[in-house]
Amino acid sequence: MTPQALFTAFSTIVVREIRRFTRIWAQTLLPPAVTMTLYFIIFGNLIGSRIGEMGGFEYMSFIVPGLIMMSVITSSYANVVSSFFSMKFQRSIEELLVSPVPNWVILAGYVTGGMARGLGIGLIVTLLSLAFTRLSIHNLPMMVLTVFLTSALFALGGFINAMLATKFDDISIVPTFVLTPLTYLGGVFYSIDLLPGFWQGVSMANPILYMVNGFRYGILGVSDVNPFVSLGMILVFISVLAFIALRMLERGKGIRH
Amino acid sequence: MTNALEIEGLTKTYGDGFKALKGIDLHVAEGDFFALLGPNGAGKSTTLGIVCSLVNKTAGKVRVFGYDTDTHLSDAKLNLGVVPQEFNFNQFEKVFDIVTTQAGYYGIPLKQASASAEKYLKKLGLWEKRDTPARMLSGGMKRRLMIARALVHEPKLLILDEPTAGVDIELRRSMWTFLEEMNRQGTTIILTTHYLEEAEALCRNIAIIDHGKILKNTSKKALLQQLSLETFVLDTEKTLDAAPELNGFPTRLDGEGALEVEVQKGQGLNQVFVELERLGIKVVSMRTKANRLEELFIRMVEENAAESTQTVEGAA
Ligand SMILES: Nc1ncnc2c1ncn2[C@@H]1O[C@H](COP(=O)(O)OP(=O)(O)OP(=O)(O)O)[C@@H](O)[C@H]1O
Ligand SMILES: [Mg+2]
Repeated sequence: MTPQALFTAFSTIVVREIRRFTRIWAQTLLPPAVTMTLYFIIFGNLIGSRIGEMGGFEYMSFIVPGLIMMSVITSSYANVVSSFFSMKFQRSIEELLVSPVPNWVILAGYVTGGMARGLGIGLIVTLLSLAFTRLSIHNLPMMVLTVFLTSALFALGGFINAMLATKFDDISIVPTFVLTPLTYLGGVFYSIDLLPGFWQGVSMANPILYMVNGFRYGILGVSDVNPFVSLGMILVFISVLAFIALRMLERGKGIRH
Repeated sequence: MTNALEIEGLTKTYGDGFKALKGIDLHVAEGDFFALLGPNGAGKSTTLGIVCSLVNKTAGKVRVFGYDTDTHLSDAKLNLGVVPQEFNFNQFEKVFDIVTTQAGYYGIPLKQASASAEKYLKKLGLWEKRDTPARMLSGGMKRRLMIARALVHEPKLLILDEPTAGVDIELRRSMWTFLEEMNRQGTTIILTTHYLEEAEALCRNIAIIDHGKILKNTSKKALLQQLSLETFVLDTEKTLDAAPELNGFPTRLDGEGALEVEVQKGQGLNQVFVELERLGIKVVSMRTKANRLEELFIRMVEENAAESTQTVEGAA
């Protein structure tokens, strides 16, 4: 296929993905907006005023970057895992398999679709947070880069999950038992300075901690870890997962008999 | 002239160890209208699935217009349009979007894709339904949607796996007309069907497949000429108690008391009536027992089954 044809195929996949999550907006866009507004009210306003400062900022300002990141992570993952799995389930994946679209374009299309939803939600949550607090931006490139790459990383994760899943249960296991705990323990609500030494060490093994802190650094200028280390780590993870996802597509695992 | 499709030594063993194809060879000439016939589970969908990259082959070669699917897959795919046996579109998407999205996968820009989608949706009588989600279509409409989707990139080879399953007679006829028209305009067509009448009406060449092997691959004409024996069913005025003995013609009574007579090719029918006259049996009406191709088909498959059992016994 010519470069133009490849681009057409890529944007076709992206447009179809965006059409899908906007068509079912009540399942995809509304819930995170509602949940995050509740977080802002309860943790930020009600409880936050009693907590005082965290990392040198009022509690509300401290958790906003974490909550934005949390919704980006969840939505990027959820979009790809449910869209690709339901394509497998309805067999409409065959539309792609018979066509000449190369695997890397399929993967790029789905990941971009997941990023569109993840970052779209991120934007919605950011706008909502403005009703509760003022946001200043400390380092725009760092903030943008961290959120884009994190979104891409979790979209890739969702893709691999969907490739491996054979039934609907399989697509909720990772979000419920892996992503949610890691996010809650990933410094969204607290600085790991608060933890005893041992648990600080354990927390450092949580990749999501690096992403949340990298993003928080971009907005507030404070971080528990070096933001460049977290960028580097995200990049390494992206390369590894992209490689695995492409290998799976090539073998046709779970999609070709 | 290049062949539209060449299959050589194709085998398929599924993950559970089942040998669905045991060495298939097929050649379909450009411009042909070709039928792949076989009973349930014969390996038709497996064969076509391998051609369209939906199934991984175990061994063998597949070439589409000379493009080897191992080395020139994308060129092979560009020349190929597929209508699968089972519905495989996203049930929640709209008809028009399904067709234009498919075009997009082939790298066709939206403007051109929309024009092509309009052309085929109109030809297939689905234009009024373009904004309907696919799940709200009737079964026959879904089939036609899959045909429109397969044609949107104007492939030179169209493969249809039971395109008229669950389609009423009127619609079936109009689909036949549509396919014949496509074929006249140069599209090579391969289809599988369980309606042998369909193969007889449409196709020039026929392959019969059973238990993962090709039993026969020849022109429809040659196949029909092979049919040396035809069974006629005669309704008699008085119901017969036993099948009468007709000189030179084997007879039997069917379940409803009608008389079945087997006639060899070249024997002629006159003698049958002379014999019946002699016995004083009056015939009210007469018909051929089954569609001719069907009879041949059933016999071949039965013979193949008998052979397979013999080999099994021989091996034991
Ligand atoms: N995914 C699979 N795993 C294991 N066996 C399979 C699989 N798909 C098909 N088979 C087996 O392979 C054989 C051929 O199946 P295939 O679908 O090719 O038959 P077919 O000729 O298309 O039949 P039908 O007319 O019923 O559509 C069958 O015995 C079937 O059970
Ligand atoms: Mg089949």
